[in-house]
Amino acid sequence: MTLNLMLTERELKLKSVQYRKALLRLIKACGAGHTGGDLSCLDILNVLYNRIMRVSPETFKSPDRDYYIQSKGHCAEALFVVLADMGFFPESDLETLNRYGSHYIGHPTRDVNGVEQNTGALGHGLAVAVGIALAGKMDRKDYRVFTLLGDGELAEGSNWEAGMTAAHYRLDNLVAIVDRNGLQITGSTEDVCQLSPLDEKFESFGFAVQRCDGNDVGELVRVLESVPFRPGKPSLVLAKTRKGKGVSFMENVAKWHHGVPSDEDFKRAMTELEAAQAAIA
Amino acid sequence: MMEQALANLEVFAATLLELAREDSGLLVVTSDSRGSAKLAPFAKAAPGQIVEVGIAEQNLVGVAAGLAAAGKKVFAVSPACFLTARSFEQIKNDLCYSNRPVNAVGISAGVSYGALGTTHHSLHDYAALRAVHNITIVAPADNFETREAVRAAAQLPKPVYLRFGKKKMPHLPRVDSAFELGKASLIREGAHLSFLACGETVAPAFSAAELLAKEGIQCRILSLHTVKPLDQAAVRKAATETGRVITVEEHSVSGGLGEACAGLLLQEGIHARFKIVGFPDDHTVTGSQEEIFRHYGLDGPSLAKAGRELLEKQ
Ligand SMILES: Cc1ncc(C[n+]2csc(CCOP(=O)(O)OP(=O)(O)O)c2C)c(N)n1
Ligand SMILES: [Mg+2]
Repeated sequence: MTLNLMLTERELKLKSVQYRKALLRLIKACGAGHTGGDLSCLDILNVLYNRIMRVSPETFKSPDRDYYIQSKGHCAEALFVVLADMGFFPESDLETLNRYGSHYIGHPTRDVNGVEQNTGALGHGLAVAVGIALAGKMDRKDYRVFTLLGDGELAEGSNWEAGMTAAHYRLDNLVAIVDRNGLQITGSTEDVCQLSPLDEKFESFGFAVQRCDGNDVGELVRVLESVPFRPGKPSLVLAKTRKGKGVSFMENVAKWHHGVPSDEDFKRAMTELEAAQAAIA
Repeated sequence: MMEQALANLEVFAATLLELAREDSGLLVVTSDSRGSAKLAPFAKAAPGQIVEVGIAEQNLVGVAAGLAAAGKKVFAVSPACFLTARSFEQIKNDLCYSNRPVNAVGISAGVSYGALGTTHHSLHDYAALRAVHNITIVAPADNFETREAVRAAAQLPKPVYLRFGKKKMPHLPRVDSAFELGKASLIREGAHLSFLACGETVAPAFSAAELLAKEGIQCRILSLHTVKPLDQAAVRKAATETGRVITVEEHSVSGGLGEACAGLLLQEGIHARFKIVGFPDDHTVTGSQEEIFRHYGLDGPSLAKAGRELLEKQ
């Protein structure tokens, strides 16, 4: 399988729907998953892997590849669906997800081909990404490092420590994307621990910030193709998303954070996604 | 068969609400953890007594220390894995060293999170905290011990670490119904072999004793709910009276309950056939908590087998 950099916007949209269907099948089959956050970040993963990042199963061990670190590790199912589609491992491997003895667990681990870093405890990814980006600068490599953060995750102070290091070392090869779905487990991020104004916060920490609709593949392509936003500064994409995106009754509903669809929910969700697919095709 | 009751976590949450009603100075601090900690009803019933810090466990313990410094009775509640690793320095300095009587409550401990994997497991917490001065470590075995432990911890003017799983736990029969922090609970009397267990491993040790009883092997079962300070007298007595000891813990074999007992017995020159059952120094296998327990020999039948082997050993 080779990396197809030429997927059109329409093809990307179709992929997003296919990924959502594969994701729900996976979560339904293994009876667990972080459904809401998986659905909110799938379009971002789609665009990263199918359009932006220079990485494939063939180049994954290359010292020149782009790196992806998923800091919001609980959304492993979304990452696994995309990695399987990219050919990092057969999709059928995922039948063992969470099963006794499997190396596919509910978080990304380096036992899975295509995964760069073991994550799952929030607030670790950005610092690791900073380290990789810093090494890239030292070695005069032109790879980029992408990392995906939850918005609730930003309450971890480690993110802000890493952010200061990123700006200090002028890591314009670093791209942090915040999945700004406005929800965490307890409810609204603004009720739990106020984050706004995130753009100003990151700007004051030395990032060049761009906002976009994180569920619009076209916008994501345009924004992510334009990194670094400012030479000498780390880039931060504030991707406004909807948790549960693509399934009407899951959208923006906190309980779907790790909700698993019942048989009936599953049928309804698949019907909606089939309709979305037909509308694009 | 043992009757299945509530998860210890649920009993903890209910007890906390009782305590909050008795004392308006009691506060619970959470880190996006109230749902997992079954504290949503608490938040509804006593909204003025819950403080939320977001997903920020270091901040959680620091803020709890400050609230305690200003006279509040504080329970800081977060998954055991994050609370005892991420916030370890806050526990060491801000609670223990500074002697702030905060109850740090580690929920979904051990391998309760099953297939979520190592980031979510806490198999290091006894070892890490045992090495810190001025903390009491408590892992209740069942609903009764949970209620008693939470009430006792609330009274103790010192830092406490309480550790709970999330599985429904059976009511354990007990020889003596008194509960005291630092004093082992005698769950079953027996002369051939002792199981010294804590937390959610007391129930499988009890199952093992029932299996072995059918073969004429009588086991003593102690719930060492207080991992620190260890009830040295009870451990000494079990080793001398039964001569065979198996320790059981949902924790690494390094630095936990087993090594605490071994260290005590060896230094006192008490000889007993001895085995530590826990997690080896290895990647933890994927599976549910139950599957993981079975894999590492922490289930009733495996513990019974370990008992037989220890009895046969010369
Ligand atoms: C250090 C740490 N604390 C707590 C958790 C438990 N946890 C898993 S997901 C989650 C909420 C995450 O919310 P957010 O970052 O907004 O992610 P999303 O909405 O994209 O799912 C929490 C608290 C964790 N995984 N790591
Ligand atoms: Mg969120």
